[in-house]
Amino acid sequence: MKRIAGKRGIGAAPIILFLSIAILVVVVAVPVLLIIFNAFWVNGEFNVGDIAKILGEPDTYQALINSLIIASGTTVGSTVVGTFFAWLVTRTDLPHKRLMKGMFLVPFMLPSFIGALAWKMLLSPRAGFINRFFMLHFGFDGPLFNIYSYAGIVMVEIMYLFPFVFIQVCGALERMDPTLEESARISGAGLFTITRKITIPLVAPSILSGALLIMLYSMAHFGTVAMLGIENGIFNIPTLIYQRIHQSAGSFASIRTGTVLATILVVTAAFIIWLQGKILGGGRYQIIAGKSFRPMELKLRGLRFPLLILCVAYIGFTIVLPTAVIFLVGGLKTYGLAFTWENLSLDNYKFVLFDYQLTKDAIWNSVTLGLGAAVITMFAGVMISYVTVKMKVRGKGILEFLGMLPFSVPGSVIALGVILAWSGKYGVNLYNTVWIILVAYIARYMAFSLKANSAALEQVHDSLVEAARACGASMWQALRDIVLPLVRPGMLAAFFLIFLPSLRELTVSIMLYAPTTRTIGVAIYTLNEDGETVMSAAMAGIALILIITGQTLINRFTEKTGG
Amino acid sequence: MDIIRIEGVAKAYGRLQVHRDLTLSIRKGECFTLLGPSGCGKTVLLRLIAGFESLDAGRIYIDDTLVSDPRAGINLSPDSRNLGVVFQDYAVWPHMTVFGNVAYPLKLAGVTPSELNSRVGETIALVGLGGLEKRLPSELSGGQQQRVALARALVAKPSLMLLDEPLTNLDANLREEMRFEIKELQRKLGITVLYVTPDQEIALAISDRMAVMDGQGRIRQTGGPWDIFERPADPFVFNFMGIANFVPVRRQGGDFLVGGGGQRLPWNHPPGGDAPDWVAGFRPSDVVLARGGEGLRGVVRRASFLGAMMDYLIDIDGASLRTSLETHAALADRLMFAEGESCVVGFRNLIWFDARRLGEVAKR
Amino acid sequence: MSHVRLVNVSKRFGQVTAVDSLDLEIEKGECFSMLGPSGCGKTTTLRMVAGFEDLNEGEIHVGGRLISSPARNFYLPPEKRNFGMVFQAFAVWPHMTVRENVAFPLRIRRLPAAEIERRTIDALRSTNLLEAAGSSPVDLSGGGKQRVALARALAINPDVMLLDEPLSSLDPHLREEMRFEIKDLQRKYGFSIMYVTHDQAEAMALSDRILVMKLGVAQQVDTPLNVYNQPANKFVFSFIGLSNFLNLSWVEGKPRLIGQKDPLPPELAPPEAMRREESFALASRPSEIDFADSGRGQLTGVVGRKSFLGEIIDYQIEVGGQNLRVQKSRRTPGPEVGETCGLNLIRPFWYAGKD
Repeated sequence: MKRIAGKRGIGAAPIILFLSIAILVVVVAVPVLLIIFNAFWVNGEFNVGDIAKILGEPDTYQALINSLIIASGTTVGSTVVGTFFAWLVTRTDLPHKRLMKGMFLVPFMLPSFIGALAWKMLLSPRAGFINRFFMLHFGFDGPLFNIYSYAGIVMVEIMYLFPFVFIQVCGALERMDPTLEESARISGAGLFTITRKITIPLVAPSILSGALLIMLYSMAHFGTVAMLGIENGIFNIPTLIYQRIHQSAGSFASIRTGTVLATILVVTAAFIIWLQGKILGGGRYQIIAGKSFRPMELKLRGLRFPLLILCVAYIGFTIVLPTAVIFLVGGLKTYGLAFTWENLSLDNYKFVLFDYQLTKDAIWNSVTLGLGAAVITMFAGVMISYVTVKMKVRGKGILEFLGMLPFSVPGSVIALGVILAWSGKYGVNLYNTVWIILVAYIARYMAFSLKANSAALEQVHDSLVEAARACGASMWQALRDIVLPLVRPGMLAAFFLIFLPSLRELTVSIMLYAPTTRTIGVAIYTLNEDGETVMSAAMAGIALILIITGQTLINRFTEKTGG
Repeated sequence: MDIIRIEGVAKAYGRLQVHRDLTLSIRKGECFTLLGPSGCGKTVLLRLIAGFESLDAGRIYIDDTLVSDPRAGINLSPDSRNLGVVFQDYAVWPHMTVFGNVAYPLKLAGVTPSELNSRVGETIALVGLGGLEKRLPSELSGGQQQRVALARALVAKPSLMLLDEPLTNLDANLREEMRFEIKELQRKLGITVLYVTPDQEIALAISDRMAVMDGQGRIRQTGGPWDIFERPADPFVFNFMGIANFVPVRRQGGDFLVGGGGQRLPWNHPPGGDAPDWVAGFRPSDVVLARGGEGLRGVVRRASFLGAMMDYLIDIDGASLRTSLETHAALADRLMFAEGESCVVGFRNLIWFDARRLGEVAKR
Repeated sequence: MSHVRLVNVSKRFGQVTAVDSLDLEIEKGECFSMLGPSGCGKTTTLRMVAGFEDLNEGEIHVGGRLISSPARNFYLPPEKRNFGMVFQAFAVWPHMTVRENVAFPLRIRRLPAAEIERRTIDALRSTNLLEAAGSSPVDLSGGGKQRVALARALAINPDVMLLDEPLSSLDPHLREEMRFEIKDLQRKYGFSIMYVTHDQAEAMALSDRILVMKLGVAQQVDTPLNVYNQPANKFVFSFIGLSNFLNLSWVEGKPRLIGQKDPLPPELAPPEAMRREESFALASRPSEIDFADSGRGQLTGVVGRKSFLGEIIDYQIEVGGQNLRVQKSRRTPGPEVGETCGLNLIRPFWYAGKD
């Protein structure tokens, strides 16, 4: 209802629509459909019984249960931790609140599989530094804590996933109209009653939506379970898919198991996304309004410093300690030596950066793949978002549905789908090349690009374009002179949102790599698998430096543009 | 001569029929206002004229050129209609300076650089923004941004300007100031203005002619401000144009009795017709209030002091009416009533409506 | 005896003095408004009474009891003050029904169930909300939400009701209606009202007395009529309703419009106090200027603009190079644009300084 195709504009809309649909179909829909097709059709026949059989196998059944156990544990834990810290930094008089808030967001930057690698070094039952320290100095018979366990996996995942809840709840608490709480206070309620009866219920949708996000992520999460679970026979869905396909070099049976498990992931993810939309979409909780005063702060009194110490300890334990271990181990000549000056050097870092073909390739691959995926996805995303947000054309509904797909398809599913689609069965064989990884990255990160670009486009009010049309601009002129310059920040944001995570990508690349197409994530993982612990750590250290530098640059940039 | 001719226009969104068979003409050089409650379709009509929406049926002519006619497949795109449009939310392009915004229509038209510079400069000066050429919209106030939008709409010298509630987002003082400025510009440049607003005071203040629309998108009355205010076509228009009193009057024999009581209306009887029930409509200022003498006896139910005005709610045998008088006059004439005091009411003028038509008065 | 008493209350935010040594006494059952432009300290004052802000100096007493005193480091917490309060942004809790919202303060006080029920119903009835009791406040209109907030504040039957621009978020039509409803509720329940607003008509219509504030300093405390008829200073005059100022100066001992040769006529004689001022202003309200019948009035001007606004006609008249605004009823005959007319000021005011 907002736009009609003018005489000169005829043809433009259908072209854009067609291109958008084509991209999403090829990149996302076909792989997903192939997975579902392969799961349900055996030898050209619809076959459900077979699915029950596969799910009944002890290994697959156990993987399914494990995914659920780990995801539930992680979700509950992260929600509690995230909500508590969010409340602490927004509603109390904790000292250095702003700094603490910034620190709690750091885990967003740390790839969880690198965290897992660090915790493995710290808490593996026999060799872990902490466990050894306790056994040596306090006469413990066994390890203090075995990280190769459900508890270990859940603990590590909580450490690196809780910011999803933290950031959502912080946002909700900060935007909440303080008079909602003040009116409870004047009604006679004390601060604890208010927290219980007013504050928490009002931010419940944000808490829940953050929790669902974690659930979604953890169900399909590869890195941590692969690092910490496989040793002890703990598999979840993605790691089992990986293991089956990897071991059997892509046999039919393994692909079939993979597709069945992947289908389950897709269905679960779709359900979670739907649930989240329902919770947030109701709009019943309009809690932002009014002239704002500082919200009330709970006086912590005697608890002020103990709670500050708790926060600092948490940050030290989850961020500083693992990072330090990675860098230190990366400096060791051989894994197992003590951290003394004689044993530490920068040799490994030099080797990894300049001499070791495997890691040099990995860095080159990751950087080029990241750049390629980011640029392509950025442009595709802006075009698709333009259709869904701004255009009024027939057939838009299909695109809106397709546009939802990238949000609900986990990485390991994409990888499997891409294998099915691009292994030569349909005329194009990209298997064992970097191109297959590129295609998978585009599918995986399309959601980020769509989100950033639609947000930017929604800021461009229709009347801005209409004003240009009324001034005599054709549709193309209005797009060029008004829309594109205005969504440029959104496109840049999309670029960085894709480039940075792709530097540390593991879930997809691990399924698709060939000897010369390792990425940084794959290199760290395989080096560690092969017992090259110090090289793996050095590589991880370099990855961390790359990521942190990149993030800092973005923060600078977004501060400057005010976004 | 008519600059816009709208003939039998219909427009629906899904099942919502906004306009059906609407016909309207706007004369060259006049300031014409479309006045109506929100959701009445006045903005849709403006967008149909601008070409942002397409008609379902009917024809629109601008300057005797047929620009929209779905039956003939004609739908001239907005960029070829040669209009100036100003929007409620300013729609100033945030990435361009004031100069850039105002220059854009001329750039598209391929005007030579020297002419462009002089025309942009002139237009910016015309709307009182001289010296701010290099500013970005984010560095301007709301009122200044709306001036940029005005300049941008004016710079290509269109013969017709469409303004869609351009002052709604401004604060009250600025709104008052800008409405006079828009009227001045229109007079000075001799262009035709079509102005859309829900605010009857702006409509009265700036219009040469105006059309009052009801909630269903029908035009109830077209005319000059004075005609619309003093000679409303129906109760809806009367009610929409300001605070309105409707007092029920019933016929009993040859007499007309007010409200539920027995007081006779001694003068100004309804015009012919033999309807038993009538309604007398009048404005608060048409009430003559006194402490005694000739007139209808009533009781002051509520007295509100509003500063310059005293506002009374008066009950006459179950019929209530509002009146207001200037505070200084009330003080001078001993007409400061307290609640519960009795008073005597007369009228300067009454407008008669058939009681059966009163149901049409939708709440504003 | 005064019910709410503020003694020498000051409040600073960093370098800014939000409220400067304010003394106030509000009677029991009185409707008291605090009026001023934004940033004048009226809301801060209300929030100090509510207990949401502490004081830098002074004391606040309610019903003879000390509730805030920085000197003794004593602040009764807001939840113990037993006030009702209504905020501009409604602040109704979206996760509770209308009934639960209203019952909340009663539940907090752990009243018996029957008592809670009775008082909730009573408050809902007084605010015409009985039918909406079971629905969510989110589904109500702005006016409905504000009624819920009022009912919630009423439920505990407070002695003092604090209202912080409660009608500013409503559309003008509804604002007027709610104004009368608040007044009716006060009559029924007999609480005192402290009312914060920037809308002078609202304050006038509602209040027994008004405090006009500017930059944290009290300008005048009086009844609405007195504030209008005898404004304490130029600020109060200009804040209450529309105003005109004509700038004058003394030339050769006679008052003249700045830049004009002819002195003011003897009927417009400035008071003695203006003698000492280099420049001063003749102030008048647009509604209190008449057109002179004969065309010869105290002042002479030319009509620059004439706008028909319906009930009133708004004139802009140029008098000696300065503009004067005149508003007359549409029934009052007046001059046309470009005509010269005589003007009589019904009630002139005189203030020192240039406008």
